[in-house]
Amino acid sequence: MTTPWLDGYELVVGLEVHVELTTQTKMWCGCATTFGDEPNTNVCPVCSGQPGALPVPNRQAVHDATLLGLALGGSISPRCRFHRKNYFYPDLAKNYQISQYDVPLVLDGRLEVEVERDGELVTEVVGIERLHMEEDTGKSLHLGATGRLHGADRSAIDYNRSGVPLLEIVSHPDIRDPETAQAYLRELQAIVRTLGVSDARMEEGSMRCDANVSVRRPGAELGTRCEIKNLNSVRSLGRAIRFEALRQVQVLEDGGAIVMETRHWDEEAGVTRTLRRKETVTDYRYFPDPDLVEMTTTPEAVERVRAELPELPAVTRARLAATGVPRAQAATILAGGMLTLLDDAVAAGAAAPAVANWLAGEVTGHVSAGDATLEGTGLTGAHLAELVAMVDEGALSSTMAKQVLAGVFESAGTKGPRAVAAEGGLEQIGDDAALGAVIDEVVAANADTVAAVRGGNEKAIGALVGQVMRATQGRADPKRTNELLQRAIAAADG
Amino acid sequence: MSDRALTRMGAAALADAMRAGDVSAREVTDAHLDVIAAHDGIAAEGDVWHALPTEQLGPDDVHAFLVVTAARARAQADDVDRRRVAGEKLGPLAGVPLALKDVLTMRGVPTTCGSRMLEGWIPPYDATVTRRLLEADVVVLGKTNMDEFAMGSSTENSAYGPTRNPWDLDRVPGGSSGGSAAAVAAGMAPLAIGTDTGGSIRQPAAFTGIVGAKPTYGTVSRYGLVAFASSLDQAGPFARDVTDTALLQALIQGHDPHDATSDALERDDLLASLRAGVDGMRIGVVEELESAGCEPGVRTVFLEAVATLERLGARIERVSLPHVPFGLPAYYLVAPAEASSNLARFDGVRYGMRVDAPSAEAMNAATRATGFGPEVRRRIMIGTHALSSGYVDAYYLQAARIRTLIARDYVAAFEHVDVLISPTAPTVPFRLGERTDDPLAMYRNDVATVPASLAGIPALSVPAGVTPAEEGSGPLPVGLQVMAPLRADARMYRVAYALEQALSLDPDPATHGGARAVRSVRAGGGAS
Repeated sequence: MTTPWLDGYELVVGLEVHVELTTQTKMWCGCATTFGDEPNTNVCPVCSGQPGALPVPNRQAVHDATLLGLALGGSISPRCRFHRKNYFYPDLAKNYQISQYDVPLVLDGRLEVEVERDGELVTEVVGIERLHMEEDTGKSLHLGATGRLHGADRSAIDYNRSGVPLLEIVSHPDIRDPETAQAYLRELQAIVRTLGVSDARMEEGSMRCDANVSVRRPGAELGTRCEIKNLNSVRSLGRAIRFEALRQVQVLEDGGAIVMETRHWDEEAGVTRTLRRKETVTDYRYFPDPDLVEMTTTPEAVERVRAELPELPAVTRARLAATGVPRAQAATILAGGMLTLLDDAVAAGAAAPAVANWLAGEVTGHVSAGDATLEGTGLTGAHLAELVAMVDEGALSSTMAKQVLAGVFESAGTKGPRAVAAEGGLEQIGDDAALGAVIDEVVAANADTVAAVRGGNEKAIGALVGQVMRATQGRADPKRTNELLQRAIAAADG
Repeated sequence: MSDRALTRMGAAALADAMRAGDVSAREVTDAHLDVIAAHDGIAAEGDVWHALPTEQLGPDDVHAFLVVTAARARAQADDVDRRRVAGEKLGPLAGVPLALKDVLTMRGVPTTCGSRMLEGWIPPYDATVTRRLLEADVVVLGKTNMDEFAMGSSTENSAYGPTRNPWDLDRVPGGSSGGSAAAVAAGMAPLAIGTDTGGSIRQPAAFTGIVGAKPTYGTVSRYGLVAFASSLDQAGPFARDVTDTALLQALIQGHDPHDATSDALERDDLLASLRAGVDGMRIGVVEELESAGCEPGVRTVFLEAVATLERLGARIERVSLPHVPFGLPAYYLVAPAEASSNLARFDGVRYGMRVDAPSAEAMNAATRATGFGPEVRRRIMIGTHALSSGYVDAYYLQAARIRTLIARDYVAAFEHVDVLISPTAPTVPFRLGERTDDPLAMYRNDVATVPASLAGIPALSVPAGVTPAEEGSGPLPVGLQVMAPLRADARMYRVAYALEQALSLDPDPATHGGARAVRSVRAGGGAS
């Protein structure tokens, strides 16, 4: 099938995604994995590659990788081992990376993603070839000049990241458009976060993605691919694939040939550029790491891990859709890690769509606006249920409800909506007698307007409602105010 | 007790004497430091003694040590004495001096691996072996000379000059643990630690007339052992008798959570069955190793030792291990392949030598070309080639298959015999410089030791006798290798002990009276 915007060519994409696990300690040693600490403070003989130091596998990392493998529908290898991938680079402490080669931990997974096409949601299936475990490298810092290697005065290396457990998830070249690639990456991110095995932040590098892009005439053999690196967001991924595909078609149309190479995505310029040609690529001289023994597992052990699997995002989305939560809101809630709040509020008696509306709207707005975190708000499912109930009861107008929620945030969750409303006198005036008194005053003070209403200008009543709202500082129910005003004007008339 | 007596006593005897209060740990340590100061070619001043530069070494200097931590050793000995007086219960070898091969780390003490590459590196941590020794109050005297990164069979590949054999100072002590073996043979330490990848403990033990054992792979932690070939490297003990050797192995062995290849299984007590004798035991002579290029003198001594074992009641059988002749080529592919990767970390970035250059790549290349000696560079190149795409099948993987076949040969053989024996090395110690221009001749000296390494089984060398004096050469020691099934280390000690007791050889080079044996030892005088 040709890709509509590719002039008779078909786009073929496969993704390699790296995910840093958020285990307490590194893959082979007891050092902390914290991001952003002072350079070279989380290092030891093992992760700084000191002579004589030896790696010992992190069991939690193996567990987490197994959990993700199962979530992706993969099969867990009963026996697998680690290989050494040999290449020289200053931030690679041992000048070899411990990785997996012939037998990865996980084989043959799949990921179903939803893509919107012509206004309709379509499900695409992307096959996953393998998931393997490896270790991260240190970070090179180039000092002076532009901050890039070229022209730097000197380079420094931070080994804090060296040895952090890393998973590589390799998809089959099943992806046929940038939207599917983006949906795949988002879905993988959602799964990883749901499992709690990584924070999967692309901007911090705890999730990284390389794209293998090629084009071909429909039905032809796979074209020569280029690997695109430096994709720092889901948006970059889409833009880069689109650019690269168009570039390759242009080359072919001009009678040229695609050269297998690694290309760098320049986010600012919106182009890919040659980084290195594949024919000069290192021979990694893989061989089994003799410092480590074969890892074995049993079907029983795998089933024990499988039993730990939480509800996965696709299932959650279907469940939320069934309760009437709009798809976009569901996505926001999942991405924001607010599913527990939603479920708790529903358990406390609130209707899912009403709660979802608050979470995807006000709550998300509050968290993304400032430097607030969701945890920092102290918000609970019970709070949300209470808020929704107060609106339903007519105790709060929607405007008032927003103020009440702000009050809850301000108290860092120590006060619930009812307490905030009571203290701030924010509850809606539900008492007709109290409201009636205000209305009588407004009617008396606005004889002209009242006369206009009586004279058939029904729209003029809006000005009177506004007066009542002002007089009650917004605590009046506009609908009820309108009714009572009509009645008062009619009564005065009679 | 004279210094001379103290430095010829075994570890168990010294420990007994210290326990009995006949001598202090400090006196024992000082006596050994005196021998080192007198005969090792070392600048014996200050807290830390450094070996003299190669050009200043004399023809009579053994050059077993690269560094002697004199002040630290004395402080450790004083601490043992203090605690003994205070009535503390101390370990079985507390206060006994020991020489540590310079391939094992000791926090705060330079570790060079016999290479220029690691000059200036001070390890920030103790190897597990070192930690166990220090916790057992063994007094570490210093770090011993070795072939660079443990690659060699003569200690001539050390960047700091060769060690000389105490039996004949014009000959090599074997290698790569030649410094440790020579220190023990010369009375500079009753105990030493070596490491054995393809025979680096057993062959120097044979060449210096002492006992040296390579435990079952996985028995002694490799944490802090600077790797040569990870799947083969194993640290082990040297001593002048079998009992001391077994005592030292018992001290350093055991599971270590820092080494994923460390064996967690319970093991036999190495000493319990030591004196059980060989009466009724089935001992196999490996046909392929008995005849493999053995010098006549070596063969004669070996066959006499076999006859001795037979007299003790052992049933001697000839056993064929058909794949053993392929051991040498397989070893010289597997070990360099692993080494090429293990030694990649020496790049001038984090520690040791750095030769500045305009780019990281150029700095790396210049550093490695300067820091590594010719044998290390040769093996890195062989190993890199053996793992390269297009060659890995024919070389590395083929060698790995041969390794499996050899391991199966041993399993099959041990169904018929309790232990296997062979000469440890096909030759007596050769002269310094005799083989340095012929790497293959040097490699061939490992023919009898590499098969056990490839199979991971325990093997030791025990003195079997000496060759008769010849024109221009005094008597030279010959070792007998005992190989046992996986984890049956106790059995090899038992056989070695029986032979040792029956032969009653004196491990003192001076007794045998070669013209170039360590002079003072021959003279019988104290060092100070």
